Amino acid sequence: MSEQPNIKVTIDNITIEVAPGTTILEAARQIGGEVAPPTMCYYSKLKGSGGKCRTCLVEVNKGSEKDPRPMPKLVASCRTGVMDGMEVKSMTSEKVIDARKGVTEFLLLNHPLDCPVCDQAGECHLQDLSYENGAATTRYEYDRRTFEPEDIGPHIQLHMNRCIMCFRCVFTADQLTETREHGILDRGDHAKISTCISKALDNDFIGNVIDVCPVGALTDKTFRFKNRVWFTKPVDAHRNCSNPKCCGEARLWMRGEEVYRVTARKDEWGEVATASNGQTGWICDECRFEKKQTSDWTIEGPTKVNRHSVIAQGHYQGKVGTATQPILIDEVIGKRPKLTLDIHKVSEVNKPEIHLSEIEGPAHSDDFK
Amino acid sequence: MKLLLENAHIEGIRYYEAYRKNGGYRSVEKALKMTPEEIVEEVKKSGLRGRGGAGFPTGMKWSFLAKPEGVPRHLVCNADESEPGTFKDRYLMEFLPHLLIEGLIVSSFALGSNATYIYIRGEYAWIPDILEQAIAEAKNNGWLGKNIQGSGFDCEIYVQRGGGAYICGEETALIESLEGKRGNPRIKPPFPAIAGLWMRPTVVNNVETLAAVVPIINMGGEEYGKLGVGRSTGTKLMSACGNLNKPGVYEIPFDLTVEEFIFSDEYCGGIPNGKRLKACIPGGSSVPILPTNLLLKDSQGNARQMNYESLSEGGFATGSMLGSGGFIVLDEDQCVVRHTMSLAHFYNHESCGQCSPCREGTGWMYKILKSIEYGKGRMEDIDLLWDIQRRIEGNTICPLGDAAAWPVAAAIRHFRDEFEWHVLNPEESQTRNFGLAHYAEPREVVAV
Repeated sequence: MSEQPNIKVTIDNITIEVAPGTTILEAARQIGGEVAPPTMCYYSKLKGSGGKCRTCLVEVNKGSEKDPRPMPKLVASCRTGVMDGMEVKSMTSEKVIDARKGVTEFLLLNHPLDCPVCDQAGECHLQDLSYENGAATTRYEYDRRTFEPEDIGPHIQLHMNRCIMCFRCVFTADQLTETREHGILDRGDHAKISTCISKALDNDFIGNVIDVCPVGALTDKTFRFKNRVWFTKPVDAHRNCSNPKCCGEARLWMRGEEVYRVTARKDEWGEVATASNGQTGWICDECRFEKKQTSDWTIEGPTKVNRHSVIAQGHYQGKVGTATQPILIDEVIGKRPKLTLDIHKVSEVNKPEIHLSEIEGPAHSDDFK
Repeated sequence: MKLLLENAHIEGIRYYEAYRKNGGYRSVEKALKMTPEEIVEEVKKSGLRGRGGAGFPTGMKWSFLAKPEGVPRHLVCNADESEPGTFKDRYLMEFLPHLLIEGLIVSSFALGSNATYIYIRGEYAWIPDILEQAIAEAKNNGWLGKNIQGSGFDCEIYVQRGGGAYICGEETALIESLEGKRGNPRIKPPFPAIAGLWMRPTVVNNVETLAAVVPIINMGGEEYGKLGVGRSTGTKLMSACGNLNKPGVYEIPFDLTVEEFIFSDEYCGGIPNGKRLKACIPGGSSVPILPTNLLLKDSQGNARQMNYESLSEGGFATGSMLGSGGFIVLDEDQCVVRHTMSLAHFYNHESCGQCSPCREGTGWMYKILKSIEYGKGRMEDIDLLWDIQRRIEGNTICPLGDAAAWPVAAAIRHFRDEFEWHVLNPEESQTRNFGLAHYAEPREVVAV
């Protein structure tokens, strides 16, 4: 079979050559940066995902070289293939920005404002999305939708109220595990992730649903309320896992010497990264939930953090990692906003020279004396 | 001229003997002597447009069907008629089941479908029995099964009941449901013509469309194409309901004016109790509502006719759609806010929950409409409603999002003063209706 030539696609006035069959979203990700539309449901490692959340809508103002008509509606970039000569507008289209704002508002309508107690806060894709595209206040003034809590086992906590119905966890269970025990029940705005009979999810790879969940709907029970993610230090590590499907390469979220949480390694799009053996770096439940000692792991070094700014904040600046220096405010808008209150002037507790990540164990008021 | 309901009045037409005696299955005899391509060509010539709502040319849809070697193809009859106000297919299947079966056999032959499915709405609990009896009768007389009438063509028709979900009327959701899965619309492309039922090439057609294939074959595509107006060819079944003296299913020629359809004795017989006409939804609940002045005359001042082009004249600013033919008439005593609220409730209930704008937006619109209807609304709620519908429309996977957005948009576009009156007179609006106001007078068209 002869290799098909690459095709040209222009996204936000940047032209790139991609392989035929690439989706607009993947092409935009190859360009990178702000051009790549946000995604809440699409997951490149899961077959069949995408198309549902509608945050990745883009405008196609030229279909292809052969058929230059624009597409009549905004299209979901994650499920639309590129054509030769296609011209796409993502960041540069007002229609797209407006639709994205609309979708963000819809996603936040029934999402509880419980970020302060949510374990996902700091690495939540919905937080990022609403920070970039959301409004300051909600226009929704009715009761939020709530669900009866459901226990799905000793390792995974299901918070259905936070779910945005991305279907990723269902695809994960379908494609990674032997049996799928949960699915979507009901219809419309009362559709929910459930096992129907409150059965524990019992499968050696089911923990990966925590990693794919874009919000705090599925969180790690062994990490629940233990720490905020931005207080922990991500460290890459590996171990010889006996499970043949498990790549054994993980990320430990540590504080001092203690391993608080183990997750799969993630790439810059927040997806599980490709492991060194070339396969997707899913990890088994044993690695995730039971190996919480540093002695279980071979430490490789601190993780390079570059996407989730909250985690990069403070910890690595000038020390390790690749967190880039934020562009100076002066350069951007020409003037520095007035600091109305410097917390260190009024608080005895929060001393700038004491670094939380350097304290062993949980912080205590004694540490600040 | 009646093509579909010509024999509907004959006693026992539901059964094979009477149906056959009155010229039934003639089209199958004729079609089996033609080649499948010739039948598709006849349907193309006839200009038949899909009767399910979108009005897509059927012949073109058929010619899109992929025909890879060795892969079975399927024809699926969409009998999941769940649109509020539409009940024409029910009438057809209940009283003329053999007409549908006949159309299905001809279409199956044209498309090369050896296993054809009728996906019927779950609430039509009694109709599968009628259809299955008709299928058994057809089979006993050699019109179905192996080697139909010695032509070498095999075809079986299976009836599958749905669970009663509106969303399963969307063709890809229907296919999912038929496969035994959750009835969620698929993301297109691929279209069913390439990968439909069990990822095989599939054509999904409405009941009335398939029934219309019978007169097309009997009289020839060209003859059929001469009936009607412009690109609206043939006849259309309308299910008229609401404030009418004679609600029911009517077969109409496309040059009939809306005024004649509502007020003539041959058709709906006018509005009962001497009331006046306030508004009408001409094509099933999901198409925009029109006030009287825009319903009877289009923006050019011509009398509006019951066809695809005339009803959609002027786009959504002044027009609507023929849709699936569910003709809902509101008299002066009806409240447009309440009416819109109940439609919004329907779409909220029937949203599949797959994509966010429809899942969250429909419920939000319903809640706002409810608060306006019950005297708790504010002026900015009306603008908010407009904003929500604007962000749902066109941004969803399937047309249900559009169907939920259009009625709300049209109600605000044409009846904004009634919404405002509800907001300004919260107490009075609980005890009386807004009435006709000035809808008899043409209003300035506001560009959208």
